[in-house]
Amino acid sequence: MNRLRRTLLGALAFMLAKPLAALAAWNENAFGAKTAQDALKGLGAANPAPSKDIVIDAPQIAENGAVVPIEIAANIPGTTSLAVVLEKNPFPLAAKFDFKEGALPYVKVNVKMAETSDVRVVATAGGRHYTATREIKVTIGGCGG
Amino acid sequence: MAGPMKMRATLAGGNTDVRVLMTHPMTTAQSGQPLHFIQTITVKLNGKPVVEAEVSQAVSRNPVFSFRLKGGAKGDKIEVSWLDNKGESNSIEGAVA
Repeated sequence: MNRLRRTLLGALAFMLAKPLAALAAWNENAFGAKTAQDALKGLGAANPAPSKDIVIDAPQIAENGAVVPIEIAANIPGTTSLAVVLEKNPFPLAAKFDFKEGALPYVKVNVKMAETSDVRVVATAGGRHYTATREIKVTIGGCGG
Repeated sequence: MAGPMKMRATLAGGNTDVRVLMTHPMTTAQSGQPLHFIQTITVKLNGKPVVEAEVSQAVSRNPVFSFRLKGGAKGDKIEVSWLDNKGESNSIEGAVA
């Protein structure tokens, strides 16, 4: 009985481990950071250069902080990743997207914002980091959700 | 429980727009509920990963994402999958229309 259970548990663990390993790892260091600066350090992008080639399309005023639509794109040639940092959130790093051959550096996502804050986008191209910000005014904070 | 997903992939301006909806509570530590959120998302085009995302609890409940793929043709296979912090996962497959 015991041996059967162990075999079954072993098989189950193997089946669970496989899809986990197939997916990208989650950067605990960067996502656990409590300041925007620490989040950038966690991403390995501590001092990004300001760039006008990053487009951030978002509402100036978000009435509901629980759902703030943000559309971002980079016109920097060779952009391989885009990160979204909500500077005044308890955990500022909201998302990081890696774009491989076949994808354009573009994404639209809904995020929660605790309060009025700069939204910082960091683009990585050719191993260099670029950044742009845009302020979004939040009427009702959305981190209770 | 992993709820249903919806996806639409359409040709637009010579590229492929992929819009995907995931059913997920995306609860924060501030909500008083257990922290439960999607952590990684993979978009595949004809079996090859094209976008790999890591996200936090700051993504809104029932997340909706739009991605843009270079070129593309009718019938190309798109697959989107996610994995959350409790090890739950889900995926959806469809073709470019």
